[in-house]
Amino acid sequence: MKKKKSGKQPFDSAQGEERYVPFMPSGDEAPIPNSQFFSNWRRWLNTLSPIIALFVVFELFVLIAPSSFATARNMEMIARQTTIVGVAALGMTLVIISGGIDLSVGSIVALSTVVIAWLLRYAGVGPLTAAIGGVAAAALFGLLSGVLITRLRVVPFIVTLGMMLVVRGAAKGIGREQKIDVDPERLRWLEELLASVPKERNWMLLPPGVWIMIFLAIAMAALLRYTRLGRHTFAIGSNEQTARLCGVAVERVKMLVYTLCGAFAGLAGVMQFSRLTVGDPTVAVGLELNVIAAVVIGGGSLSGGEGSILGTLVGALIMTIIASGCTQRGYPNWVQEIITGAIIVIAVALDRLRHRRTA
Amino acid sequence: MAERINSQQRPTSSPLGMKRNKVSLHPERSRRVRLQMQGVSKRFGATIALEDVGIKVAAGEVLALVGENGAGKSTLMKVCSGAIKPDAGRMWLDGAPYRPGNPLEARRAGVAMIYQELSLTPHMSVQENIMLGMEPSKLGVILWKQVRQRAIEAIKEFDNPELTPDARVSRLSVGSQQLVEIARALAIGCNVLVLDEPTSSLTQQDVKRLFEIIGRLKKQGKAIVYISHFIEEVKRVADRVTVLRDGRVVGSNDVAAISTDEIVSLMVGRQVEELYPRSARQAGEVVLEIEDLAGPDKPKSASLTLRRGEVLGIAGLVGAGRTELLRCLFGLEPVRKGRIKLGVYTGPASPVKRWMQGAGLLSENRKEEGLALSLSVADNVTLSRLKGFGPLGLVLPGRQDKATRRWLEKLDIRCRGPRQSVSSLSGGNQQKVAMARLLQHDVDVLLLDEPTRRIDVAAKALAYKLINALATGGEAVPALRPAGILPAERNKGKMPSPHRQPKAVLMVSSYLPELMGVCDRVAVMCRGRLGPTHRIDEVNEHELMLEATGK
Ligand SMILES: Nc1ncnc2c1ncn2[C@@H]1O[C@H](COP(=O)(O)OP(=O)(O)OP(=O)(O)O)[C@@H](O)[C@H]1O
Ligand SMILES: [Mg+2]
Repeated sequence: MKKKKSGKQPFDSAQGEERYVPFMPSGDEAPIPNSQFFSNWRRWLNTLSPIIALFVVFELFVLIAPSSFATARNMEMIARQTTIVGVAALGMTLVIISGGIDLSVGSIVALSTVVIAWLLRYAGVGPLTAAIGGVAAAALFGLLSGVLITRLRVVPFIVTLGMMLVVRGAAKGIGREQKIDVDPERLRWLEELLASVPKERNWMLLPPGVWIMIFLAIAMAALLRYTRLGRHTFAIGSNEQTARLCGVAVERVKMLVYTLCGAFAGLAGVMQFSRLTVGDPTVAVGLELNVIAAVVIGGGSLSGGEGSILGTLVGALIMTIIASGCTQRGYPNWVQEIITGAIIVIAVALDRLRHRRTA
Repeated sequence: MAERINSQQRPTSSPLGMKRNKVSLHPERSRRVRLQMQGVSKRFGATIALEDVGIKVAAGEVLALVGENGAGKSTLMKVCSGAIKPDAGRMWLDGAPYRPGNPLEARRAGVAMIYQELSLTPHMSVQENIMLGMEPSKLGVILWKQVRQRAIEAIKEFDNPELTPDARVSRLSVGSQQLVEIARALAIGCNVLVLDEPTSSLTQQDVKRLFEIIGRLKKQGKAIVYISHFIEEVKRVADRVTVLRDGRVVGSNDVAAISTDEIVSLMVGRQVEELYPRSARQAGEVVLEIEDLAGPDKPKSASLTLRRGEVLGIAGLVGAGRTELLRCLFGLEPVRKGRIKLGVYTGPASPVKRWMQGAGLLSENRKEEGLALSLSVADNVTLSRLKGFGPLGLVLPGRQDKATRRWLEKLDIRCRGPRQSVSSLSGGNQQKVAMARLLQHDVDVLLLDEPTRRIDVAAKALAYKLINALATGGEAVPALRPAGILPAERNKGKMPSPHRQPKAVLMVSSYLPELMGVCDRVAVMCRGRLGPTHRIDEVNEHELMLEATGK
C-alpha cells in the first residue's frame, strides 16, 4: 500500500490555455486521508474483527458459565461440535461469495451418511472407499445443482430448494426409509474422527476430524486468495455481468463452486457418520440454515462478493459456543435459540455498520 | 472492399458522400484495414437495433461512431467485442474472418472494449479489476507479482493519486472508476480498442491524458473506435467519423472534411433548431432558500435562493460537493448545520416528504439509484406518485400506461411502449425516463444533477427546451393536474388553476456551455463551498472556471 501523499494538488496544472473544454478540470479531488499506518491499522481491524468477536463471546460465557467452561476439555468439545457445520460451511462460503446459496446441504449430509453406511454394509468396502463414495455422491448432487442453475438459468435458491427435497428423498430411498446399521468392526478409524482424543494420543491435541477441517480451511482460504477460481468466484458475486464481459467462464466457475459445496457437505456427512455410526436419512434436517448462519455471521454477504473462510469458521464457533455455554449454564433450549437468532442479526448489523464507516 | 461498404450507405446530400474518394489518397488511410464489419444486423424482439451496418477501421486510425441515443452504437460495438451475437453479418480482423463467441474470445483475438455503463467488480481491488479474466497464472494459481506489475504499468499513465493497485474499486470516485476500465483495456494489450463514451465522467485533465494515450496507441498501429456524444471531442481525437441513425449507417467521412453542424444534422436527420432556447422568464416568489448548509463532509457551506421561474446553475469541478448538496437538500444525506426552506416548509426532510412538498431529484447515477432497471418504463415514470391511477388507491396498469405514453411522446423516448423494461433501453433514453418521472410527479422544484450526461445532441436540445419551458411555465409541458401550489393541499386538493405556474430549476452540470446556455444565474462550488450567484450575462466561462479551481 504505497500512497503518494498529496503535497500538491494533482490536477492544478494546465488549464486556461486550452480552448476546448467539454468538462471542467478537476483541482479538487478528495484528499487522501489515509496515512499508511492508518490504512494498515484499518485493514488489520477488518481481518481481525471476527476473531475479536469470537473472543468477546467466549469471554462472556467464561464469566457467566460454570468454571468448567474454559477448560481444555470443553474447548476440545466445542471444536468437535463445530466440525460438521464448519466443514459444510467451507463450501457454503464459496457459494455465498459467488452470490448464490445452497439449501440442499443438510440433505446432502444425510445422503452422504446413508451412502457410506450402505457401502460399508452391502458393498463390503473399506472405510476409506466408503468415505470417498459418500463425498463423491455428494459432489455429484452439487454438480447437478450447478448444472441446473447455469443451464436452466433458474435462481440458486429455487434449484437448491428443489434439490433439498430430491436429495432427502434419494437418501430415504437408499435407506428404504430406515437407518442403515453397520457392523462396528468395519468402521475402524471412521469412528474416531470426532471422538475425543484418548490419553495416549494427547499429542494430537484435537481429534483428526477437527484437523481435517483446519487443513481444508487453510486450503480453501488459499484457493480463494491465490487462484483464478477463487478470484473469479469473487468477481461473479461482485458483478456477474462484468465478470462475463471480462472473459470469466461464469458457467464453469459456478458449476465448480456448487460441486465443491456438495463435496464439502459430503465430507460433513462423513463427520456426521463418524458421530452416529449409522446411516441416517433423517439426520441434519435444517442444518443448511446453521451453515448459512455461520457464513453470514462471519461477514459473508448474501448479495455476493464478500465473505472469508476465517470469518466463516469464527461464525461456526460462535454458534457452538453459545449452544455449549447455554447448555452448561442450564438454560433451556428455547433461550439458546433466541440468543443464536439475536446473534445472527446483531453480527450482520455490526458488519454493515463497519462497512458504512470504512466506505 | 471499400466500394462495397460505401455502396451500402444511403446516398446523402451532405459532404459525407462526396469526399469519399479521397480516402485512398490519404497516406494514413492506405494502411491495412484492421477491423471490418459488414452487413451486421441485430434485433431485440421488435426493436431493430442494427440493420445491415458496415464499418471499417484501419491500423493507426481513430474512427468516431456518433449517433442519437438508441442509434445502435453500443450494440454494434458489443457485437464486435463478442458480448452480443448478431443476427447476420460478417467481421474480419486483420483480413481474417472473425467471429467471437464470447468476450473472452474477443479479448484473446485482441479486441478490447470499454463499456458505456461501468463494468467493474466493486468488491475487488483496482489491480484485480484490471486483470480480471486474464490473470497470469500457473496451474490456476495467480501470479500476483505479475498482476500487480501489469496493473501498475497500466495505471501509471494516468498519474492519479487515487488509483493504487490495492484500492477497493467501490471507494473510488466515478471518474477514477472509469480510468480503471480504460486501464483494463490497456493492460491486456489489444489491436482494436473500442471506447464507448469513455469521457462522460472524466475530468478535463483525465480526458487530456486519455487523448494522449489514444495518440500513442494510434502510432503503434492500433485501430480505435471512439463513441461519443461530444462532437468537439470527436473532432479533436478522431480521423474519420461514421454516423449511425436508427440502426443504419447514414454517412461516413474524414473528420477534417465535415463540420459539426453537418454531423449533427446527419445524426438527427434534420436541422437542429436553436440549441439553447430562452423565452422571457419571470422570476416569481422564492421557493427554495438555503443558508450556510453543511453536510457530513461536503458541502461545507452553501447558501442560495431560488425563485419560481428561474434556472439556477451550479458549476464546479467533479468532486466539489455539488451532488452532495442536492442530496442534502433532498434528505438523502444528513444535514449537519444550516437552514433549508422549501416553499413553506423549513428544515431537513426525508425524500418522501420532499416529494410531497413538491421537490424532485434527478440523480446523476441513473443506473444505481435513478431507475429501477428491471421494472417497466411505466412503473419507473409513475414510481414516485402512484395516486390517481384508479379508484380506492388501486393502481390500474392501463392508466399508468396512459400517463406514461404522454411522456414517451413529449420527450421522444424511444421504446416499444410503456411496458418495456428500462434495462433494455439505450443509455440516453433511460435518462429521459428518469426525467419523465419528475414531470409526471409535477414537482415545483426540480433538482437536476447532470441532466444531460450521456445524452445525444438532439436529446440535449430537447432537454434544454424542456427546462426552458418549465421555467417559463410554457406550453411544451401542459399540466396533467393543476400546477402545484407549494403548501400541503397540493396533493389532496384538485384546485383548478387556469395558469400553469413556472417552476424552479436547480441544475448541477460540469458542462459549462450548457450552464451558460440555459441558466439565469450560476453559482460555483469549490471544495465544498458555494460561491455567490452571478447573473449569467455578467460572467463568462473563463471566470467561472477560475472560480471553480479556486484561483
Ligand atoms: N438488451 C436489449 N434488449 C432490448 N433492446 C435493446 C437491448 N439493448 C439495446 N436495445 C435497443 O437497441 C437500440 C440500440 O441501443 P444502443 O444501446 O446500441 O444505442 P446507443 O446508440 O448506444 O445509444 P446511447 O447513445 O444512448 O448509448 C435501442 O433502441 C435499445 O432500446
Ligand atoms: Mg450506447
